[in-house]
Amino acid sequence: MKKIVITVVGKDKVGIIAKVCSYLANNSINILDISQTIVQDFFNMMMIVDASSTPKKFDEVADELDQIGFEIGVVIKAQHEDIFNKMHRI
Amino acid sequence: MININEVIETNKMIEQENLDVRTITLGISLLDCAGPNLSEVNQKIYKKITRIAKDLVETGDKIQREFGIPIVNKRISVTPISLIGASCCKTIDDYVTIAETLDKSAHEVGVNFIGGYSALVTKSMTASDELLIRSIPKALQSTERVCSSVNVGSTKTGIDMNAVKLLGEIVLETAELTKDRDSIGCAKLVVFCNAPDDNPFMAGAFHGITEGDAVINVGVSGPGVVKKALETVRGRDFETLCETIKKTAFKITRVGQLVAMKASEILDIPFGIVDLSLAPTPAVGDSVAEILEEIGLEYAGAPGTTAALALLNDQVKKGGVMASSFVGGLSGAFIPVSEDQGMINAVEAGALSIEKLEAMTCVCSVGLDMVAIPGDTKASTISGIIADEMAIGMINQKTTAVRIIPVIGKKVGDRVEFGGLLGYSPVMKVNGFACDDFINRGGRIPAPIHSFKN
Repeated sequence: MKKIVITVVGKDKVGIIAKVCSYLANNSINILDISQTIVQDFFNMMMIVDASSTPKKFDEVADELDQIGFEIGVVIKAQHEDIFNKMHRI
Repeated sequence: MININEVIETNKMIEQENLDVRTITLGISLLDCAGPNLSEVNQKIYKKITRIAKDLVETGDKIQREFGIPIVNKRISVTPISLIGASCCKTIDDYVTIAETLDKSAHEVGVNFIGGYSALVTKSMTASDELLIRSIPKALQSTERVCSSVNVGSTKTGIDMNAVKLLGEIVLETAELTKDRDSIGCAKLVVFCNAPDDNPFMAGAFHGITEGDAVINVGVSGPGVVKKALETVRGRDFETLCETIKKTAFKITRVGQLVAMKASEILDIPFGIVDLSLAPTPAVGDSVAEILEEIGLEYAGAPGTTAALALLNDQVKKGGVMASSFVGGLSGAFIPVSEDQGMINAVEAGALSIEKLEAMTCVCSVGLDMVAIPGDTKASTISGIIADEMAIGMINQKTTAVRIIPVIGKKVGDRVEFGGLLGYSPVMKVNGFACDDFINRGGRIPAPIHSFKN
């Protein structure tokens, strides 16, 4: 299973989660975990998703999420989960 | 499962604190390219490098996208060229053709530096070693991306003072030939004692003869991350300070290990080592000197600097060593002057001298690095500076190096611009008392007593 961590950072507004979730649903990407917090007045959301069923390549998904972020005025990043696992787990 | 705070912490390191993988360096053995015919040797070198490294840059970019961590440099190191050219190079110009081939290969595969225009001397120069050393000024003048290094001593063998004498002259000649660009040729020439075979960092990287056919070595960096972490423990005791550095070094190194494994898997080339160095850049917030300031010094160079650097270097190693399955290279804190804004500030404030830098090199990795000195410095004085640094390495069983730039036409206090990652620097004062009679003795300094461990 290929797990990707998606982070959304920006000014809070209506519909951020809806927009990201519908993109993921349309591309057969399953959400495993979702959490959000406010850091220094900024909306921070993190999703761990399973991208093993999507026909798209990682680069495509990352670029399209980046584009969605641009449209709604937030920064959306997609990263392979290994970088977080390696750094924070022995 | 990973939680949001961990994700935020990692991304903050990358986005705000300059955490990056400084280099993926692909080491390539050229031993099988050697032969009696120079043009055939050049062809073989070009073919081998461009074949093995053709996907290196693309792979680095792919890993960067996948993990969201910048991979700043993709580089190549090769077998010391004095070994490859020994049977086919009869003149300086013969050697320079190999440098040009290396440069052409680097351009073809898109790497920004290729290291290994090197000679391993330690005890005494072969005719080939000497010819290569004499070709360095011309090679560095006529190429853009080639880096050169010469190992002139080791704890096991002592120091070849003939090579030290010659290199004083070579450094000056290199400066002269590249004087139209602030003598930048010297920024690509390192003189070593105890040079490691697996160093991924330029300008001193070469693919040692103890290595396999090809290998992936990775250098991580993150002075900004350590600095930010230390801001949270300001005023606390040394135990807390050391623990904080150690934990941060662990996290940084884990990223290096991950990237190294991934690059090794994609390129199908064995993983060699992770070099857990704190390598600064001229960018604000990416400075080793700023860590020293955060530890409690007004400027790098103030009394206490050597102790602060010693503990920093040691804790970086202690934290990093458990994070990687193989650690090697130089592994420690780098203190290049022109590449570190905090060091530049310290020199400009009058807090840091070459003598203090020399003391600092006793307790951290490498040595006098990217130090600009007046262009009218005598060759014998440069040899004397090199000899001092080599002696520190030999006696303390550590790697030391000298990358010093006599900037032709500049005097103490003038500013020199090298550009890019090489940064800029004020020209530093050199002790003007002579050492000619010492350097002119010739011969070699014997190996120290503690080298006889058998």
